[in-house]
Amino acid sequence: MVLVRAARYTACLLPLALMACSASEVPKSASSKLADKPAAKAAAPFPSTYKAYPSIATAIRNVTIFDGEGGRIDNGVVFMSGGKISSVGGAETSIPADIAVFDGTGKYVTPGIIDVHSHLGDYPTPSVEAHSDGNEATSPTTPEVWAEHSVWPQDPGFSRALVNGGITTLQILPGSANLMGGRSVTLKNVYARTVQGMKFPGAPYGLKMACGENPKRVYGAKGKMPSTRMGNLAVNRQTWIKAQEYRKKRDSGKDFVRDLGMETLAGVLDGEILIHNHCYRADEMALVLDMAKEFGYKVSTFHHAVESYKIADLLRDAGVCSAVWADWWGFKMEAYDAIPENAALVHNSGACTIIHSDDENQIQRLNQEAAKAQADGRRMGINISDAEVIRWLTYNPAKALGISEKTGSLKLGKMADVVLWNGNPLSVYSRPEKVWIDGALLFDSADPKRRPVSDFELGQPGEGDVK
Amino acid sequence: MRHLLLATIMLAVSSPVFAETIAITGGKLVIGDGTAPIDGGTVVIRDGTIVAAGSNVVVPAGARRIEATGKWVTPGVFAGFSRLGLSEVDAVNGTNDKSSGKSGFSAGIDIAPAIDPFRTPFAVNRAAGVTRAVVAPDAGDNMFAGQGAIADLGADASPITKARAFQFAEFGEAGAGLTGGSRAGTFATFRAMLREAQEYAAGNANFDDELLRAEDARALLPVLRGETRLLVHVEGANDINNLINLRKEFPAIKMVFVGASEGWRVADNIAAAGISVIASALNDLPASFEMVGATQSNIGRMKNAGVKVAIGMINDRDSHQLRYSTQYAGNLVSLKRVPGATGLSWNDAFAAISSIPAEIMGMGDRLGSLKAGKAADVVIWDGDPLELSSAAVTVMIDGVEQPLANRQARLRERYARPTEGDLPKAYDR
Repeated sequence: MVLVRAARYTACLLPLALMACSASEVPKSASSKLADKPAAKAAAPFPSTYKAYPSIATAIRNVTIFDGEGGRIDNGVVFMSGGKISSVGGAETSIPADIAVFDGTGKYVTPGIIDVHSHLGDYPTPSVEAHSDGNEATSPTTPEVWAEHSVWPQDPGFSRALVNGGITTLQILPGSANLMGGRSVTLKNVYARTVQGMKFPGAPYGLKMACGENPKRVYGAKGKMPSTRMGNLAVNRQTWIKAQEYRKKRDSGKDFVRDLGMETLAGVLDGEILIHNHCYRADEMALVLDMAKEFGYKVSTFHHAVESYKIADLLRDAGVCSAVWADWWGFKMEAYDAIPENAALVHNSGACTIIHSDDENQIQRLNQEAAKAQADGRRMGINISDAEVIRWLTYNPAKALGISEKTGSLKLGKMADVVLWNGNPLSVYSRPEKVWIDGALLFDSADPKRRPVSDFELGQPGEGDVK
Repeated sequence: MRHLLLATIMLAVSSPVFAETIAITGGKLVIGDGTAPIDGGTVVIRDGTIVAAGSNVVVPAGARRIEATGKWVTPGVFAGFSRLGLSEVDAVNGTNDKSSGKSGFSAGIDIAPAIDPFRTPFAVNRAAGVTRAVVAPDAGDNMFAGQGAIADLGADASPITKARAFQFAEFGEAGAGLTGGSRAGTFATFRAMLREAQEYAAGNANFDDELLRAEDARALLPVLRGETRLLVHVEGANDINNLINLRKEFPAIKMVFVGASEGWRVADNIAAAGISVIASALNDLPASFEMVGATQSNIGRMKNAGVKVAIGMINDRDSHQLRYSTQYAGNLVSLKRVPGATGLSWNDAFAAISSIPAEIMGMGDRLGSLKAGKAADVVIWDGDPLELSSAAVTVMIDGVEQPLANRQARLRERYARPTEGDLPKAYDR
């Protein structure tokens, strides 16, 4: 019973399935000289083999557009061709003849929704022990593991995220049992035979870190360090010192033995790998910011940052995003002070706000979670427009993942990752009607043939059903 | 509840301090029984009870008026399945009273004293318009978890509407895990425990107190007689069919299915058996092999097959987030516009979180809708209660207007500006 329930919660919540979450922005380290780095010279292993599926030039007219960067166009036109956004504008926007045109009257268009915190694939459904691949909970620091080596590309959850949530891009993170849980991977939400076939081309890697209860509980229970929050920080700092030494050795031009974990940490110090740090409490986030200063790296994003509202000014000044739920609270001690106005307060302070899921169910309705957070803000006098709120689900997570030049908003030349909603996406009554990824129509609610069915579900009861 | 009745078997209803007549006028009135909202409806409440509700209701002289023009007036949300009040912080053991697995008791467990109305989830969910809840114990090491209660969320010291309102049992995968590892063990255990309860009742010396204690046997007897409902957690289609057959051996048992993610696959059987369901609204993943067929259309399909279905939240943040009930109901409405999906009409969706759970629990005559003679659990909302942008602005339980404050609101106020003023934040209250 307990195990069953645990499996339903996200890996971040559970003592055993602890996960960490954090997002980071690309640090720009003046000292990094990519060309000098042997690791950078070698071809990156496990390269993306993702290719956009065939698309036809398509326009949506008479539609309300939220462009993902805070812009709104009523009665607008979105035109995509060659897998890219070709134009976005008002009713006067011209579109070529002989293309597919959809009437968007009463409907809304947004960029594809992006979840910075998912465990689809590494904690897939069915949530059986044999599928529990998110936490390498054998050492408090495992920067050497890569989430992509755990991702099962047949997770049925990818399809639900697409058809109900309009998710086109998602970051798969290791869990939060460890202080340093390993590399994340950013995926296009397009089923493939291999994980390489889902990897977002050119997306930087992230490193998952975790504050607080999970690491100290998991290792404390094993009689190992860390068993306290001070132990957490000590292990982190000792490890960063080693990473600095490794980086020096690597850059010295002399022979050295590669170390997978150190390679990842050096990549963080180089500014190439983004820190996604699961961290609930305000005081702990402040400590992490100072630790990052000490070692010269930058935190992209604090995940599960339920207390960001207490230090929204610090987070704004540090340029760190907060990835949060709308209203989760009380499931563990470090989530005790969560409040539903968190997202609005963080946004209102001028800091970067993201709504994330860490959950195979809520990833299907991030739009709804954002709408709740918006409403909670409004009730305390913080008015945030619908178009701004959509940024929490699109451009901001794209920025946190280092892919905002490629996706996350409806701007000329960007990937045509587009959701057509059958109503305002911030209403409970709205659902995705069509989803394009790189211009390819990969979900059409009116066409059962455009509804993905993973291998696992083939030949099972409910195969191809509406879900 | 303000007024504690000694006979907890009976429905206890709190009464307001002062006998008072209240009229809520001008709002969009939702009765909660599946009928359409009434524009400009009136609700009259006297002594904690609904006197009248509808469009042509006369406001009695001297009634205190609450103007609700532009707002929605509905019955309070009746959480169809919860662990409300059983934990403050789930992962902090000392605050978590869901399971009594190490007590040695099973069916005899009575969850009522573990329901603490002073725990934060009461206040938070009350502020979101939840006024009553089915509260079940969690199974510990026995398929019979014990006796659950119906609670009210009033800001007072008496949370119990009805103690020992039902027995809760685990079947399916969870049940198998508690009965030796196989569903076969679950059925053997079920039959054996009920048989032993009968042996106990008969005063038979052969009563096997290793299987269950006297306290457990006594709790199973009203289940066998059909006086106390048996809520059974079951997800898979085959398990549901087997339970329908099992009930034929115990025809008096009033069985209610909880969860039932694959109910749609055997909806006709459930309907023919006359078994009601408290279903999880949005399960659509094969979280386990017994949920391979899960779909959000489950509730709509079961309803169309003639099954009485309420929304519940078993194992889904069921101690803290009963406020999701309205969002879940709204999602079922959204399915009406998804090709091929089966949802609920708005009216049916609201009934699934108000009158229907009350009816399924056998309390529809007193709770769950705004009809004359029922407890005045009334919520006024600033908009469509199923919509994400709406909030409860007034919450009444048994006609008593409830405080909507909670510690989340206090934290919000303290940190509306994050920076300190002339004194540390600790002085800011």
